[in-house]
Parts: sequence; structure tokens; C-alpha cells
Amino acid sequence: MTANPLLPALTAKARAAAHARTPACPCGVGAVTLADRSDATVVRHEDTVAKAHAPDATPTDLTARLTVATHLPDVLLPPLTQAPVTLHGRVVTFWPYGTPVDPENPDTAPWEAAATLLARLHETPAPAALPPMRGPAKAAHSVARLRALAPHPAAPPVLRAWTVLPAWARAETAMPDTTTLCHGDFHLGQLVRHPAPDGPWRLIDVDDLGTGIPAWDLARPASWYACGLLPAGEWTRFLAAYRAARGPAVPAEGDPWPALDVPARALTVHTAARAIAKAAAADRPLDEVEQSLVDACDRMSSAPPQLSPHSAK
Amino acid sequence: MQCPKCHAPMHTYNRNGVQIEQCSGCRGIFLDYGELEALSRVESQWSQPAPPPPPAPQAYPAPQAPAWGAPHGGGHHGGHYGHKRHKSFGHMLFSS
Repeated sequence: MTANPLLPALTAKARAAAHARTPACPCGVGAVTLADRSDATVVRHEDTVAKAHAPDATPTDLTARLTVATHLPDVLLPPLTQAPVTLHGRVVTFWPYGTPVDPENPDTAPWEAAATLLARLHETPAPAALPPMRGPAKAAHSVARLRALAPHPAAPPVLRAWTVLPAWARAETAMPDTTTLCHGDFHLGQLVRHPAPDGPWRLIDVDDLGTGIPAWDLARPASWYACGLLPAGEWTRFLAAYRAARGPAVPAEGDPWPALDVPARALTVHTAARAIAKAAAADRPLDEVEQSLVDACDRMSSAPPQLSPHSAK
Repeated sequence: MQCPKCHAPMHTYNRNGVQIEQCSGCRGIFLDYGELEALSRVESQWSQPAPPPPPAPQAYPAPQAPAWGAPHGGGHHGGHYGHKRHKSFGHMLFSS
């Protein structure tokens, strides 16, 4: 693997930004690489984080998304800078460090705080210049990657489940909701406490933020629950807290599934498609969790999608 | 009442609802008719296994699930993997 020239440059940027904030920076740990993936490289230097965004991220869209985070500091972690800079052809932003959910201890997941933050986000009027949230586009990308793979025995039920979804959920047409502010990629890695280590929880990662169907932001936990992976108690805590905070994605009472069904199907397909690609790349069979996603996709073919007033449009 | 053996005064005690007399001198115990059986009965109740606890109140009623939900899940039994999360699911919770 060739060395990524971005990483040392980003590390230097993170250090410079940290020292600009805190001249007496203790530099105890030095720089820590938090992520180095094809779609994001993230480096922490003490209290400062530098993020190089995906190669296809445009400064214009990212600036619009940063502006939302700047103006919603009670919901989203506000960036340190208003506009991204460019480094080795990638757009880079700077953030204060926040303490994430412990990946080794997801039982401590702040489901209520997460749901309340999403409800507040969904209730916030979206600025006019904001692009659509990118959830459906990213799911479509995962499905395209699955189609490009050598035939895999688990792929057909996943692709069948995808093709029966409404066009908007497959990013083939615009989403029916163009005014609701959505995160677009909610999961437990998108929460930090700021100020670290025990400040209030905030949402991070505005890369997919935009206008769209707010049920998309509830659909990962909904999908995990429907696939039998997330215990009912945790799903119920999340949903009840969202409703208590008067989030608009689901009706205040009664069955939430007419609103959740299409986004939860789409995210189940997305996660299954990624899991198959990952297993194929590692030349290993699907594990039981991954198989449960494929099984759920298989069951979807015998139950047509529920069309909520939104998704039917 | 006096102890029939050492003639010291006897005191009345209540043990699990059974009146017994114990000598303040030799500590001997006097039981009235039926009191031995009453004590045995109490003892056997203690040694019996405790009755099964009533079913734990369900903290959350089983929430609705979609038609394509997992047969035992959609969470009706708290998720396939219970409280021990599968490592792969632990990773999934934090992944895009």
C-alpha cells in the first residue's frame, strides 16, 4: 500500500490549528489518526480535529453544511472554521475534539440524547441554499458497488429488495420533502460529548446533512431492530424519546412503520450491500449478523413497501 | 412456670409464630402439644425452593415491527442476540 501523502499534511494542519487555539498545547499524545478511509481522513491533535472530506465533496456544498452546524451549536458540533481549506486536492475542515460513544461499550449508547438531538434538528427550518441530504445517494452507491462485484449468492435478494423501493429512496428522483433538515447518516459514531469528556452530546459529521425525509435519520436503528439485532428496549427508548421531543418524522402515536418502512428497507439494503462487498473482498462467508440483513431483504419481497403520505408522492 | 429439670424459671418466646418456653438456667426447651409439629411445618416451608418469582414486568410493551421483520425479533424477544452483542453488530452500530 502506498503511503498516503494526505495524512502527514493533515497531521501538520491539525497540529498548527491546535497550537493556534492553545499556544501552550501540552502535546501529550501528539497526533492521533482517528480515521483513514477512502471517504475521510481524520486526525486529532489534542483538543483539535482536522478532517479531509471525501474526494467528491465540493467546497460550496460543504460550506453550506458547515454554516448549519455553526448556527446550531445546541444540536451539531460547531466547526472551528466557517469555510473549508484545500489540501492535496481534498477539502479540509477543523473541529473541536469531542468524546465519542465507547465502541467497546455500546450498551452505554445515549439513545435518548440522540433521538432528542435528531428531533431538534428536524424541527429547525433549513436554509434555502442547503443541498439535499445524501442518504439515498449513498445507499444507491453501495448497491452500484454490489452490482459491479462478481456474482455473489447473497446479492439477488438484496438487489430485489432495492428495485421495489420508490424512486426517491433509490436517489433516482428528488425526495418528496425538500424543507426538513436531516442529518443523512445517523449512527452511534455520529455522537460526541463536547466539551470533552463529559459535556452534552452533539451530532457530528455534516457531510450528508441536507433537506429530505426525516425518517431516514431514524431508519438505521429501525432497521437494526427489524432485523432482530437491536433489542426492543433500546429501539423503544430511541423512538419514545424522539416522540417526546416532538420530532416530525413519525406520528406522535400509533404505528410508526408507515413512515419508517421505506427508509428502513433502503438502509437494510445499503448495509447488506456493504457487508457483502466487505465479505467478498476478504474472501470470507457472511457472519450471522450480516446474514440477518440479507434474510430481511429476502423477506421484503413478499411484503410490498408501506407507502406513507410522503413516500407515495 | 418452672423448668421440670433444674427448676429455674422458664420464659416464653415466640419462634415463627410458635410459643415455646425456654429455661433461663439450663436453656432446655418445653413444647406444648402440637408445637413440635408446628415448628417442623415452618422448617419445611423454609427449606422448600422459593416459589418462582412472578414474571418480570415488561419494561416496554413489544413495539410494532414491519412485515419483513425478523421472526423472533422485530424484537419481540429482545433481539436475536440478546444482551451479548455480536462483535459484527457492535461494529455496525458505528458504521455508515
